[in-house]
Amino acid sequence: MNTRLVFKTLGKILQVLSVLMCLPLIISLIYFEIDMLFAFMVPIISSLFFGTLLTSLKPKNNRMYAKEGCAVVGLSWVLMSLFGCLPFVISGMIPNFFDAFFETVSGFTTTGSTIISDIDVLYDGYKGLLFWRSFTHWIGGMGVLVFVLAILPSSEGQNIFLIKAESTGAKVGKLVSKVRVTARILYVIYLVMTIICAVMLAFDPTMSVYDAVVHAAGTAGTGGFGVRGLGVGYYSNYCQIVIAVFMMLFGINFNIFYLLLIGKVKDVLKSEELRWYLIIIIIATVVIGVDIYFDAKLAYDTVGGALKDSYFQVSSIITTTGFATTDFAYWSNFSKTILFVLMFVGGCAGSTAGGLKVQRILILFKSGRRELKKIAHQKSVQNIKLEGKTVEDDVAKGVTSYFAIIMILFVIVTLLISLDGFDFESNVTAVAACINNIGPGLSHLVGPMGSFAEYSGFSKVILSFTMLIGRLEIYPILLLFNPKVWTNK
Amino acid sequence: MKIVIAGIGKFGKFLTKELSKENHNITIVDSNQSLVDDIVDQYDVYGCYGNAASYDTQKDAGVADCDIFVACTPSDEANILCCLVAKKLGAKQTIARLRHPEYAKQTQIMQAELGVDLSLNPDMDTAEEIFRILRFPSATKVETFANGRVNLIEIKLEQDSTLTNKTLADIRTKLDVPILVCAVRRGNDVIIPKGNFELLENDYVYITADNRQITKAFKKLKLLKNTLKSAMIVGGGRITYYLADLLVDSGISVKIIEKQKDTCNLLSELLPNALILHGEGTSNKLLLEEGIEDVDSVITLTGLDETNILISSYAKSVGVDKVITKVGREVYEDILTTIGLDSIVSPKEIFANNIIKHARGMENTEGAEFKTLHRLVGNKVEALEFGISNATSYTSIPLKNLKVKPNFLIACIIRANEVIIPSGNDTLEPLDSVVVVTTNTNVKDLSDILE
Repeated sequence: MNTRLVFKTLGKILQVLSVLMCLPLIISLIYFEIDMLFAFMVPIISSLFFGTLLTSLKPKNNRMYAKEGCAVVGLSWVLMSLFGCLPFVISGMIPNFFDAFFETVSGFTTTGSTIISDIDVLYDGYKGLLFWRSFTHWIGGMGVLVFVLAILPSSEGQNIFLIKAESTGAKVGKLVSKVRVTARILYVIYLVMTIICAVMLAFDPTMSVYDAVVHAAGTAGTGGFGVRGLGVGYYSNYCQIVIAVFMMLFGINFNIFYLLLIGKVKDVLKSEELRWYLIIIIIATVVIGVDIYFDAKLAYDTVGGALKDSYFQVSSIITTTGFATTDFAYWSNFSKTILFVLMFVGGCAGSTAGGLKVQRILILFKSGRRELKKIAHQKSVQNIKLEGKTVEDDVAKGVTSYFAIIMILFVIVTLLISLDGFDFESNVTAVAACINNIGPGLSHLVGPMGSFAEYSGFSKVILSFTMLIGRLEIYPILLLFNPKVWTNK
Repeated sequence: MKIVIAGIGKFGKFLTKELSKENHNITIVDSNQSLVDDIVDQYDVYGCYGNAASYDTQKDAGVADCDIFVACTPSDEANILCCLVAKKLGAKQTIARLRHPEYAKQTQIMQAELGVDLSLNPDMDTAEEIFRILRFPSATKVETFANGRVNLIEIKLEQDSTLTNKTLADIRTKLDVPILVCAVRRGNDVIIPKGNFELLENDYVYITADNRQITKAFKKLKLLKNTLKSAMIVGGGRITYYLADLLVDSGISVKIIEKQKDTCNLLSELLPNALILHGEGTSNKLLLEEGIEDVDSVITLTGLDETNILISSYAKSVGVDKVITKVGREVYEDILTTIGLDSIVSPKEIFANNIIKHARGMENTEGAEFKTLHRLVGNKVEALEFGISNATSYTSIPLKNLKVKPNFLIACIIRANEVIIPSGNDTLEPLDSVVVVTTNTNVKDLSDILE
């Protein structure tokens, strides 16, 4: 392991983080929250200091391989969360360190699980911090290393491993030949779409410009931190629909947007993953819409109202955002089970969404079908095809083992947090929400109107790492705990 | 520039590596997925799977708006087809690796009908490079400029050489020979020397000189070794055929050792004046029997690097003057020089250099005309030839008044038929060709060398 290079790169990331933290500081000052100056200046200066200290390291060579890439990504996300949670602790908004760490990890991993039980009292006086909370979604959505690659000059061309370790999906490719240009294209698409979303939201009178920006950041990163106790339900139907549509868009592979930009519409229409993603959304929306419309307890007047709530929630859960317009903890078990399944499906590969990703689900199904055929025709040879191209056996195997590891971690983490003594539904859906980076669970305790505040510090740390594992797709985080990687033997 | 490389074999891989250093936008195409993935992990390039000759694959790879399309699949016919499709799609320049000499001769039809703008035959080029070295036995490497009128020669300084322990100023004032030392390799360092630089034993020096005066100059410096009369070639591939042909033509007796009977038969048919031996080149019995101790030169050209290196070391140990080794894989040049092998040729390097030269020439459409590029010392040094077409800011000014950047050296000026080894009072004039030597490997125009 080229430890010096790893730490040097971490130094660069800390420097970038300190610059990024200036933005919420400015927002604080705009709203005259002068006492926040100290809360932000401490982490800004300290991360700049440590960052500069680390960048002065002189690595023996600049070769970054898969191992180094994974280590940089894993460590940087933990470090960013440690520095990023300082403003919450120092300002006293979230005095407990574990709570603040959980909240920040939840932000960066675009989970959106919160430990804040009453957000409305914080709305006035903590605008800068609440913006930072949502801004972490935006940074984490596309990935901070992708951002670093896009803006900093790099000497070596081997940074593909950084993007590979941070991006999502079974197979990560580039858009154009240069990693840097790829990173820039991704960020430009990301930024422009976020701005469009914010502008469209700001048109609505129920939404202030501040709320529009915060929600656009949360939508873009498919994060889900809101600033109102009622969630998105606080705003008009127009806002709800805009957010629902944009959540769905941010769950689409960014390659698709690039193809649209360069005019290859035909290739977009051919995309198998996109087609299934949309089919799943439509079916889930209709089924849940019908189910909740006929549910007497929920008392929907019109089909439209039921469909709107159903669409919003489906879009929010499948893209692993976690915004809510209604407390779906009250929905029937059937609808809740559909949402639970959608939690694991997740968005498309190469989007800001979490979960397993539609691409992996497709490969899993196709592998299953192949095995079934093997029983009938033992000698049959059949390639798995996706997007018209053969999926290599290595990739298919990678997907099945990824699924297996996620399931094993899911069981272990559920077991660990069940020590706190809460009910089964809360525990299971809380872990599912964390590992898939969704946010709220499905029970009253951890649902959209609840919070994770009740869990013990131990559980919060466990859940924090679960979120990181989910966002970074297991390996960069697990690698950090493997001592063999760090010794040079 | 946008460059698409079709076929990622030994040549394609090396070309990708070298071109990616030059900051081009590169797309690679190959039907072998894991090979493409491997390259994309290593270099900053875009990868495409599929049959490189198919229209759809080329469209995916963005051939339509590429500047250079290089086809280097193993098959000549596939390369021609690739270029044809690429040209139809809109590639600006197409380059094919064509190893059959018959194809290379059909330039007219290749360019007009088959869309191959440039065909490169690395085997032929390698044979020519070896031939140049053999003609000048005291050199470990010979490159030429201005259609062969100027030579750039690499020599290793022995203890008894006249140049050893002399400074460059000494060479000019005391020895009075029309040569210029333009680069020195000492251990792993490469130096563009100044006047007070002292040459030491075991330095590799790069010298430019006029082709017509070089023999005289080298005689004076006591660097000239006897011309070669005999050559032993181990391995009977295409390079062997081209090389033997050149050698036989210039009256050098040639022995070729090849272990495949069929190849021997074919060679003996093609090269009636060469002696073809059927046998194992690694057997020292055969080598001794055929008089390896008495031949002037041994050239190892088998398909296996290990075999080539082994036989070459053996030839050195029995006292052969001139040993040239072909190496196909990544050259660990430092290791090879420590075991005494200093004349090394690498076909893929020659191929890559040709294309890089082409790419640089295309990039530089505004400034001085880009004519030749040679890359030396494991590509750490470049020697470039520019043709000056018009009067510019740097013409007609004595060189001593030009502010040339450090690590740059104007090695030679070619004016009409005259070759000038420049001193401070010489000037650059329109219509001159200029050879520049530099350790900076990103020069695109002559103006880049000035402050």
